Amino acid sequence: MTDFSTHPSIPSQPEKKSLLRRIRRKLQDNWRLVIIAIPFAWLLLFFLTPFFIVAKISLAELAIASPPFTKMIEWADSGIVTIRLVFDNFTYILEDDLYRNTYMNSLKISVTSTFFCLLFGYPIAYAIVRSGPVAKPLLLFAIILPFWTSFLLRVYAWMGLLADQGTINNLLMSLGLIDEPIRMLYTEFAVYIGIVYTYMPFMILPLYANMEKLDGRLNEAAADLGSRPMNTFFRVTLPLTTPGVVAGCLLVFIPATGEYVIPDLLGGGNVQMIGRVLYNEFSRNSDWPVAAAVAIVLLFLLVLPIMVFQYFQGKASEGQ
Amino acid sequence: MTETGTVSETPWLDQDGQQPLVQIKGVTKKYGEVTAVDNVDLDIYQGELFCLLGGSGCGKSTLLRMLAGFEDLNGGSITIDGVDMQGVPAYDRPTNMMFQSYALFPHMSVEQNIAFGLQQDKMARSEISNRVHDILTLVELQDFKKRKPQQLSGGQRQRVALARALVKEPRLLLLDEPLAALDKKLRKQTQFELANIQEKVGVTFIVVTHDQEEAMTLSTRMAVMDAGKFKQIGTPTEIYEFPESRFVADFIGSANVFEGRVTEDGADHVRVKTNVAEVFIDHGQSVKVGSKIWVALRPEKIRITKTDEPASGPNQVSGVVDDIGYLGEMSIYKIELPNGQIVDITSPNSSRPMNRQHRITWGNKVNIAWEPSSVMLLTA
Repeated sequence: MTDFSTHPSIPSQPEKKSLLRRIRRKLQDNWRLVIIAIPFAWLLLFFLTPFFIVAKISLAELAIASPPFTKMIEWADSGIVTIRLVFDNFTYILEDDLYRNTYMNSLKISVTSTFFCLLFGYPIAYAIVRSGPVAKPLLLFAIILPFWTSFLLRVYAWMGLLADQGTINNLLMSLGLIDEPIRMLYTEFAVYIGIVYTYMPFMILPLYANMEKLDGRLNEAAADLGSRPMNTFFRVTLPLTTPGVVAGCLLVFIPATGEYVIPDLLGGGNVQMIGRVLYNEFSRNSDWPVAAAVAIVLLFLLVLPIMVFQYFQGKASEGQ
Repeated sequence: MTETGTVSETPWLDQDGQQPLVQIKGVTKKYGEVTAVDNVDLDIYQGELFCLLGGSGCGKSTLLRMLAGFEDLNGGSITIDGVDMQGVPAYDRPTNMMFQSYALFPHMSVEQNIAFGLQQDKMARSEISNRVHDILTLVELQDFKKRKPQQLSGGQRQRVALARALVKEPRLLLLDEPLAALDKKLRKQTQFELANIQEKVGVTFIVVTHDQEEAMTLSTRMAVMDAGKFKQIGTPTEIYEFPESRFVADFIGSANVFEGRVTEDGADHVRVKTNVAEVFIDHGQSVKVGSKIWVALRPEKIRITKTDEPASGPNQVSGVVDDIGYLGEMSIYKIELPNGQIVDITSPNSSRPMNRQHRITWGNKVNIAWEPSSVMLLTA
């Protein structure tokens, strides 16, 4: 880059241009800072701020107002500032069996669903990685294809499949395999089907990305050293795909725990999950503070174990 | 290995009823339309360090992978230690392989990598640790046993790969370009190390390489491969000094080749008329008078003298120095012959030039001469 200003024979540029240039120079010198600042600003604005708003609401009390909760900070006419932090919502949630059981049920359903996603997703991802150059993009496309139709539509389709007079029951009855419909819709089974079906791509894709990087020679090396295929899988392939397994499980487990639409549509009133409770508190009961507290508790329930887990993972991988 | 002491220096000659360790018979491998390995036969004996030499895509690696059990045969048979390998999976073969990329397990330490193969044999823990210790001593990596492969240098990884393949004491060790990933200096040093280790453990080695120098240094015998076929099989000396075709003569080292016709075919000599001179060969070779033939001369076997100096012998041609490459320990001369053909000659600089001036320089008229015994007659 040529710096004209140091050249004596060329007159200095107009003031406006040199200002632009100074800004440009500043940006060039601090480009690292600028690049890091963008995601930081984004996270601050769209993730952290809403979180603090929700946290604030969770510490308020229900009130007949708009919005329907008490203010945290109040200025009295006398000039005295009062800050009101109400923890009743949390004690209420944590002491009430309904909420406790719902949290536990949510965790049970999401853990089980994550397990089944892994059980089916792992071989699928492995098969895609091993497939030929023609089949591979087609199979990957098939995994991503469901995203092109509305999620809601796909859940409604499952309602049509699982209903008492639905496709599956009609088919089984017409084949004479059953005399009366099997009750599937509005059971926990339907919720499992819905969650495993919906979140399967989130398990398969990170696993695929991880497995794709695996060196096929490692399997050959293991076989060459006398290892049978099963042993090779447990001693070589599985340990090396652990990062993919962890990523896939987190991507399924976290959203599945807070899932609302699937338990609501496929589980009906029979399956209690925390997402439904949250929705009911918020929109039916209009109890924003309790709804916010439910959300905050859920957040800590999910985030804390994950942070602890990642901390130890990071420590373990440091050694490598 | 128990037989180490009794193994001869040239096991392929003194067979005395000994069965070859590896018998390759009519082996063919096709990938669609492409024939990677084309109906090859080869016997390899216990204790050999056999090199498969060839350019990329010549089928040498495919042949190695068929021996290891990673590729199926489209025809022929492979017998190792008297057992037909047809249908025997890689994990049941008495072979171990050292991969070009080393294929070390990244999640295991050096020690664990080496122990992996022994664990598959359900060996006692104490026996495993003894063997791992011994092999680590052999490759001089005792201090690195707790490291992960990615914490090692290229040369160290290479030795871990070798140790991992050797620790199972296979009947046959297959090495796919074992030195290709090392830099030049380390490669030269490791060549000798590898040959020494082979001698020490007595395991039969089959080494795939594209580097002719590596093949020459390492091997007891070697096979030159091209387009899925063996062009010639022999000791490094046989391959270099007695090539059977222009391909082999040119692939190993370099050669000046003249086309000609046989004019005389005696019991103890041959004369060939080429377009530069009549060449006298002082050994008999079964060739037909009048047939087309190629005369090949190694650059280091041609002497170069100035025209005013006397030269002797039946094979002499005059020419002009076209170019000189001074490499220090030797010089390469490019001599233009009267018919325009350029001949390469290498000559050791065995004495220091007087007054910092070379005796022969650009544009000099020179005589070149060679011994009748140094001429290689090629019929193909």
